[in-house]
Amino acid sequence: MQSWKYTEDYHMNNFDYFKPKGIEAARELIVSIPNAAFVAGGTNLIDLWKYNLTNPSALIDLNHTGNNITVQEIDSGVRLSAFATNASTAYHPLIENRYPLLAKAILAGASGQIRNMATNGGNLLQRTRCYYFYDPDSPCNKRNPGSGCPAIDGYNRMHAILGTSKHCIAVFPSDMCVALAALDARVNIAGQKSSRCVPFTDFHRLPEDTPELDNTLGHGEIITSIDLPHKGFASNYSYLKIRDRNSYAFALVSVATGLELEGSIIKDARIALGGVAHKPWRIREAEDFLREKQATEKTFESAAAIILSGAQGFKFNKFKIELAKRAIVRNAAMALNPSIQKPGAQPS
Amino acid sequence: MTQDNNAVGKPLSRLEGKAKVTGEAAYAGDYQVPNLLYGYVVNSTITKGKIVSIDVSDAKSYNGVIAIFTHENRPDYASLDLKHADMDAPPGKVFKPLQNGDIKFHGQPIALVVATDFETARYASTLVKIKYEEQPFETDLEKNLGRAREPKKGLATALKPPPPKPKGDFEKAYEQSPFKVSTEFIHGTEHHNPIELFATTVVYEGDGKLTIYDKTQGTVNNQVYVANVFGLHYKDVRVLAPYVGGAFGSGLRPQYQLFLCAMAALELKRNVRLTLERKQMFSFSHRPQAHQILKFSADKEGMVTGLSHAAIGETSLYEDNIEIVSSWSNRLYPAENTHFEYKLVPLCLHSPIDMRAPGGSTGMHAIECTMDELAFKLNVDPLEFRLRNYAEMDPESEKPFTSKALRECYIKGAEKFGWHQRNPIPGSMSKGNKLIGYGMASGIWDAYQFPARVEASISSQGKLLISNATTDIGTGTLTVMTQIAADEFGLSIQDVSFVYGDSKQPFSMFQGGSAITASTGVAIVVAAKALKKKLIKKVKALANSPFHVFQDDAIVFRGGKMMVKHEPSVSISLEEIIVANKGRAIKTTNMGKPHLLKLRKYSKATHSAAFVEVEIDRELKTINVTRAVTAVAAGKIINPKTARSQILGSMVWSLSKALREETILDSTLGKYMNPNLAEYHIPVHADVHDFDVVFVEEKDELINELGVKGVGEIGLIAMPAAITNAIFHATGKRIYKLPIHFDELLKDRIA
Repeated sequence: MQSWKYTEDYHMNNFDYFKPKGIEAARELIVSIPNAAFVAGGTNLIDLWKYNLTNPSALIDLNHTGNNITVQEIDSGVRLSAFATNASTAYHPLIENRYPLLAKAILAGASGQIRNMATNGGNLLQRTRCYYFYDPDSPCNKRNPGSGCPAIDGYNRMHAILGTSKHCIAVFPSDMCVALAALDARVNIAGQKSSRCVPFTDFHRLPEDTPELDNTLGHGEIITSIDLPHKGFASNYSYLKIRDRNSYAFALVSVATGLELEGSIIKDARIALGGVAHKPWRIREAEDFLREKQATEKTFESAAAIILSGAQGFKFNKFKIELAKRAIVRNAAMALNPSIQKPGAQPS
Repeated sequence: MTQDNNAVGKPLSRLEGKAKVTGEAAYAGDYQVPNLLYGYVVNSTITKGKIVSIDVSDAKSYNGVIAIFTHENRPDYASLDLKHADMDAPPGKVFKPLQNGDIKFHGQPIALVVATDFETARYASTLVKIKYEEQPFETDLEKNLGRAREPKKGLATALKPPPPKPKGDFEKAYEQSPFKVSTEFIHGTEHHNPIELFATTVVYEGDGKLTIYDKTQGTVNNQVYVANVFGLHYKDVRVLAPYVGGAFGSGLRPQYQLFLCAMAALELKRNVRLTLERKQMFSFSHRPQAHQILKFSADKEGMVTGLSHAAIGETSLYEDNIEIVSSWSNRLYPAENTHFEYKLVPLCLHSPIDMRAPGGSTGMHAIECTMDELAFKLNVDPLEFRLRNYAEMDPESEKPFTSKALRECYIKGAEKFGWHQRNPIPGSMSKGNKLIGYGMASGIWDAYQFPARVEASISSQGKLLISNATTDIGTGTLTVMTQIAADEFGLSIQDVSFVYGDSKQPFSMFQGGSAITASTGVAIVVAAKALKKKLIKKVKALANSPFHVFQDDAIVFRGGKMMVKHEPSVSISLEEIIVANKGRAIKTTNMGKPHLLKLRKYSKATHSAAFVEVEIDRELKTINVTRAVTAVAAGKIINPKTARSQILGSMVWSLSKALREETILDSTLGKYMNPNLAEYHIPVHADVHDFDVVFVEEKDELINELGVKGVGEIGLIAMPAAITNAIFHATGKRIYKLPIHFDELLKDRIA
């Protein structure tokens, strides 16, 4: 109902807006303008801005840089545009048919409205939902390095149990990325000198001594696409998301599972966890352990123990250790029989 | 006198429904007025201490900023606490915004920036530099139970009396009873969170006169408050709130945006708007934390012998907000020996305010879970246990109820739900890898009636006009009042107008306590009867009137006409009456009030019974409420559709209260950590399954002229306990903390 008026005096939180025509132009802008930010879907950036957690001097819009084919086949598998929306990716026939695990994980996240706006590249770069991170008046080592972490002794129900540091116990909130980690995706990045390709599980990082860094993307680099290998586990897969309400809530624990079977023998297995660490959590020893074993509850219980080894709970999230173990076992059962799965990544 | 009874009892859709869903309805922050200024509030970022300095120079000089108000430069306002006390103010010293530099809670409003537009005001608020001196604080009830004390008494004590005096010898009875349970419950904080943000638009009319569009549940309450605080004549202050986008109790008291907005308008002599943002909706009014200890005992026949209930609630440093938490059990169940307590702990938080079913939803949750536990010990079906201890008279006051159809609620609710299919053994029912649990609980809530005045008139067009200052907070008040008035005059809905949501109209209390249908509704009946009498008198006085040979009680009003009941040919239309009155409207103003003398001999209450099915994952323990039935006895139901919506909404809230809703309080930082609707979880569609409502017939000729009791709160009393009890039935595990986190059920297998 507000009437907008725009005058020259109107310089509150003023920012410039650029619409570069290509990736290279976008990169040149970001390195030449201090405190500029890329924007694609904006579903996280605008929130952060409204909460006064960020205040970019310029927005560089990546939506007009070309390279907008949502999903395309390439020699090594399938390529997802970083600039395509989550919704258009999840509902793309190539993804629905060959990578249903990814489709299911995407559709378990956020809301329909957000998925229609949010992009694939942005999904990788979303920030944690830690309460303390989101409150500009609270200390937070991720937001304000060195100020402390009130979550460690505070309300940490949603926080990490694996890979934590004494500086940060935040969780990376994506669902999509849990499936991408399980599927051995690779992230294509355009950089200053050349482009590089990073295995998905190396893209995000643990907090260690620099929790302000969520991932390994350098300043001036742009994610251009995400590649999926041929193997999509389309026959035996499941994404299970356990949360405090049935929709529009972040995972307390989520599991992406893909299995390749010969009879009841596991030939290949992928298990990645969400909601438990600063990055999607994947332990290859557990997958090696599963190979050539009978697909029984006991087998998966043993794998779960390997995946959760070293887990450390805090006052309000100790339950996640047991919950994650049970979720791994359940999700294996759901993957063995995808026909029993319910919509919404709920337990079935 | 009998009338056609056409409208009452019909499931009419809300008369204002189309205006609301099309966006035509204007809310407090929507009104377009010329030359409007916009405010933005600066809130404290510390929990307790003092403002050492507040530097507004940068903000003040920012282009577009008109004024900044702080405790250092605010205009004078009434200094007496009494002048700030609204009709719902609890005992204590009312919070006065910008009074001085003392900080008593996190988020306390400490400055108001007024600018030519909202964005400028908001941005300039970030330029205000504040230095604080912090002091230690306590915000956690559980850590401060030792400081619990008796609440102060005040005017509000009349509506919220202390718990009843003890009866018999509870300790002895408890000791000697063969069956007993002792329980301890913890309830977390909830915030009201109506979707409509709190907002005020003040139109400065000149000469110290204000027209105020406010988000409130009480137009007269806020009118008197503004007049008292700023030394205006109350006739010069008009508060309007025709549409209210939910309030749930948070609008029972004037909130700080009204104070600041009116202050700025008066000082600047300009029109001002102030809208709070969602985060600021967590800086006033909430349902307080509570700690309860109960001990119930029974004899071997399964009759309750002792009831003890002690509750400790939280309040602010400045007021003693009182809830009725521990006074309910003996109004439902007869026991010779009782002991009740209610205490408060003051904490560095803003004052709690009544939130839908205040106290009742907290206390009855504990009572009905404890009853379930006692039934289990006795090896008696929980429903059978309630029926065995059914009180025909109110055991607490030893008075008869004006009406009580709780037994019918139990029977009809159980039948609709299929309670007889319940296997009493916990964990015995399942479907695949889901455990099934059935739980039930009883509900009780007061049946209040406030005095109210109504003006009734026949307009110059021969239409019926009814007016009263009450709001319609989304409950269907407009529709219900129109139905009541239409029936009194035998008119169709289209021929009746109800003018409301305006302090200029005849008096109404705030809309709370499920009382408005009884309060304004009864006043409509009284005024309509008086108006009919006046019309009959006028008509009889006309020359050659065929009516004057008939007794008044032989004359009826139907279809827009006054007629003789057994000789319908003797009639005159309302329009003709007005013509005969030289085109002038005929009006009367009357007071409806409770029949206190008569009602002193009775106990008044609404009742309910809730039945719930939960499905719990055998290994993961995730909980879904798959079915629920709430049966309600609340006297006459004027509009089954809007009443059903009230109960359904309460049932969704019950699910929320039991399993979702929680304001997270970090007691180290002294603040609420999830002040937004992404992290403050309320149910989503995927959480809400098969919910049903049953209204049982309850004829009450004693309670008031209409036989109504109100349905705003009763739906939220029983179901949270029914959910908790169903979880026990599914798993064998009792959870004593709300909201229930499903992972509590994982603990049995954690080594």
